[in-house]
Amino acid sequence: MIYLDNAATSFPKPAQTLEHLNDFLTNVGGNPGRSGHTLSLEAARVVFEAREKLTAFIGMKQSERLIFTQNGTESLNLALLGLLNEKDHVVTTSMEHNSVMRPLEFLTHERGISYTAVPCSPEGFFDAGALRASLRRNTRAVIINHGSNVTGAVQSLEGVKDSMGHVLLIVDACQTMGSIPVDMEGLKIDILCFSGHKSLFGIQGVGALYVREGIELTPLKFGGTGSKSESLAHPMFLPDRYECGTPNTPGIASLLGGLTFIEKEGLSAIVDRKQALRRRLVDGLRAMEGVIVYGHEGCPAATHLAIVAFNLKGRLPSEVGYELNKRAMYVRIGLHCAPVAHQTIGTFPGGSLRASPGYFTKEDDIEAFIGAVREIAGR
Amino acid sequence: MPADKIFVLFHTIHDALKMEKALKKVGVPYELVPIPRNLSSDCGMCIRLDGDRETVKPGLGIVDIAGCYSFDGEEYKEIDLKNG
Repeated sequence: MIYLDNAATSFPKPAQTLEHLNDFLTNVGGNPGRSGHTLSLEAARVVFEAREKLTAFIGMKQSERLIFTQNGTESLNLALLGLLNEKDHVVTTSMEHNSVMRPLEFLTHERGISYTAVPCSPEGFFDAGALRASLRRNTRAVIINHGSNVTGAVQSLEGVKDSMGHVLLIVDACQTMGSIPVDMEGLKIDILCFSGHKSLFGIQGVGALYVREGIELTPLKFGGTGSKSESLAHPMFLPDRYECGTPNTPGIASLLGGLTFIEKEGLSAIVDRKQALRRRLVDGLRAMEGVIVYGHEGCPAATHLAIVAFNLKGRLPSEVGYELNKRAMYVRIGLHCAPVAHQTIGTFPGGSLRASPGYFTKEDDIEAFIGAVREIAGR
Repeated sequence: MPADKIFVLFHTIHDALKMEKALKKVGVPYELVPIPRNLSSDCGMCIRLDGDRETVKPGLGIVDIAGCYSFDGEEYKEIDLKNG
C-alpha cells in the first residue's frame, strides 16, 4: 500500500499520536472543566497543555486566544461568519478552498457582504500589487490560503499585512501547519485558521484558530461551557466564548501527541524530508512523456509543499486514479474542494490527480508510484 | 491557630490551570478545589493556597483572576489584589 493523500489526512500517524489518544481514553476519559473530580480536571489539563503547546508553536503567547474547533473548515467559518457584516468587503485569492469560498458566497447572499478574488498566476501565486489595488474603504479583511491544497504553492505573506493598514489578515494554514514554519507573530497575521489532522498529526475531528487580541468575533455556537453556569448569557471571556459543548478531547489529546512528535523530530527535519520527497516526485513525473505537472516550476524549495497536482494527457483523472487504486496506490482525484484553484491552473472542470507524500513516505514508495504512472501512461 | 487559606477564583478552568502552571514553576503548594458555594454559585474550580496573599503573586499579571478571598476558618474576606 502506498498512501499519497496526506494533504487530505496524514496517515499513518506517529506513535505519539496513538499513545496520547490511548492514554486519554484508557486513563483519563473525563469531560474537561465540567466537574470537580480528578478525571475532569485531568482532561482539562490535557486540553490546557495542548492549547499552550500549539500557541507556542505559532509564535504566540496568549493561549486563551487559541480556540479549538472541529476542523479547519469550522475555524474558517468562525473567522468569517463571526467577523463579517452587511456592507463589509473582503479580498481573497483565486486559489482558495471551498471552506473559504462557500462562507463568502453565503455571506454575500445572506448578509450583503461583497468580495474580490484576486487572480493568481497559473502557478497559483497572487500578486501583492493586485491585492493592494483591490482594497476598498470598506474592506474588513483579506483572507489568503497560505499553502494550496491543489498545487502546494506557498504564498509569500512577508510584508502583506504592512500594506493593508487596519484591514485584518486572515490566513488559512490548513496545509502549511506542521509542514513549514508558520510564524503568526512575525507575519502579523490577525486570525490564523488550521486543521489538526493533516501535518500536525492529530486524528480527524480537531482544528483550531488563533484570534489576535483586539478582535472580537460573534460565536458560531452557544451553550454549556462549564463556567458561569448560573447565567443564561453566554460568557464573553476566552476561550469559553468560542468553545461550548463537550470538545473532542481525545482528538485534542492526539494533537498534543502529534505536536510532541514534531518537537522531537524537529520541524526543519520534517521540512527537509518532505522537500526531498517532493523533488523526487516532481522530477520523476516531469521526466515522463505525456505527464503535466501543475506548478512546481524549477522546484524551488520554500515555495511549494509536497502536494503535486498532475494529469496524463488525454486521460481522465478518474480513470488514472482507478488504475492506481487497483495497485493500492492512494491519491486524490477531482477538484479537491477547490474549483476556483482548478480554474486558476486551467484544470476546471476536469480536475486533476493529486499526490501528497507525508513524513513517513519512503523514497521507494515514490519510485514505485512513478513506475505505476509510467505503466498506466504507456497503455 | 491554623494559618489562613486563600481562595483564588477564575472565570474559566483555562485560567485556573494557567495559575497552576505559574505556581508549579515556583514550587508554591496549592490545591484545585470546587469553588465554595458561599463565594460563588459557579460550579467550577478554584485554587486554594496556604498562607497569605503573597502566595498569589506568581499568577499576578499573567492570569485573569476573577476574585481572591482569605478564609480564617470562620469567614471569607475579599482581598483587593489591585490596591494593597
